[in-house]
Amino acid sequence: MTVEFSLWALLQSLADGAKWTVALSALAFLFGGATGLLILFARMSRSRLLRQATRVYIEVFQGTPLLMQLFLIFFGLSLAGLEVSPWLAAAVGLTLFSSAYLAEIWRGCVEAVPRGQWEASSSLAMSYLEQMRHVILPQALRLAIAPTVGFSVQVIKGTAVASIIGFIELTKTGSMLANATFQPFLIYGLVAASYFLLCYPLSLYAQYLERKLHVSR
Amino acid sequence: MSLVDIRGVHKHFGSNHVLKGIDLAVEPGEVVAIIGRSGSGKSTLLRTLNGLESIDAGEIEVDGTALKAHQDSAEQLRSLRLKVGMVFQQFNLFPHLSAGENIMLATTVVQGMDQESARDTAKAMLLKVGLQDKFDAYPDQLSGGQQQRVAIARALAMSPRVLLCDEITSALDPELVNEVLAVVKQLAAEGMTLIMVTHEMRFAREVGDKLVFMYQGLVHEYGDPRELFAQPRTPELASFISSVM
Repeated sequence: MTVEFSLWALLQSLADGAKWTVALSALAFLFGGATGLLILFARMSRSRLLRQATRVYIEVFQGTPLLMQLFLIFFGLSLAGLEVSPWLAAAVGLTLFSSAYLAEIWRGCVEAVPRGQWEASSSLAMSYLEQMRHVILPQALRLAIAPTVGFSVQVIKGTAVASIIGFIELTKTGSMLANATFQPFLIYGLVAASYFLLCYPLSLYAQYLERKLHVSR
Repeated sequence: MSLVDIRGVHKHFGSNHVLKGIDLAVEPGEVVAIIGRSGSGKSTLLRTLNGLESIDAGEIEVDGTALKAHQDSAEQLRSLRLKVGMVFQQFNLFPHLSAGENIMLATTVVQGMDQESARDTAKAMLLKVGLQDKFDAYPDQLSGGQQQRVAIARALAMSPRVLLCDEITSALDPELVNEVLAVVKQLAAEGMTLIMVTHEMRFAREVGDKLVFMYQGLVHEYGDPRELFAQPRTPELASFISSVM
């Protein structure tokens, strides 16, 4: 049985789904950023154990598909007796995924600050934390803005896999509509266009920042 | 006792034996010029004096603060670096801070000066290097010579007992060298203790109190610069002088 949908109704449903995509992306990006900052400091700490542990953490999340990570969290936790909603599993999974990538992106930015900056601040008798706080991180931050905004695009597209564990966001809404209307090409075209509308402004913004921050200090 | 005492300092980079037992004493107010071919260990020696390079054997003592091989805790390094200022070839100003803020950073953060006195100190230091009107300029708005003078002001603001200068004019365009050398000359005249690695032979001869010629990781010749330039005692120094002058 086919249900007739007006184009307007389709767009409204997709917009509802897109809201959840945005919510999930924002959550993953914010919590992922906060966690990523902790990982960054652990990754660069003087403790060998911490460095190794964070290296393993980063390798695991970068070296396995996001989908598998979500499966393991969603099904693994319920095996352990914890009932997790798709929403929670998706949020936790994407947060961990983002934290691993952001920590690596930011580590690259910290390492891109010239050695002379460390030497100059060292020779002014500044401690490690003082150097980080006043000399290294302000410069690394400037380098990090553009790739970080760029990564947020990856997070938005990454939320699509949450549809597979049943979280109703843009992609899941799209597949439900496609099943109901038998117009998969139209629906998935609209879904893709929606992702593009979300991501393209961010990509442009990242390019703009990159140019601007390269020219000025 | 000397202000700076270097005793039996050895340093290896992997299998490369860079410093092979350096002994050197620097008296308060002396200007010591270190010269030598690249790879002779002169920059490495300078960098051991504020702990930017660790040492493998020997001892370094500056104004009562000693640093021994394998004994360089953060606390020891800090107290040494409070007495030893350094100026680098590449200036290494903090690009995100204005000239004034570059100078104020360590005096406020490390020495705990309040903003008001730090600002006054920074202004006084900029005046000393002839850049009193550049307080708010950012490093990329300054010429190389001006950047280097800010770097000197930044080091001086910490009131070091010794100032290390690591080839501080080598990255400058020829026409900017003199404005930096003039500042150094003035510091020397005021009685600042200076240890400088330099390629400016004329400057070393005119301003230096002592000349150190490094050769293959050792102090090969040491003495009065005017005498050594006029009459090198070893063929190595003679050939070095004739190759650079």
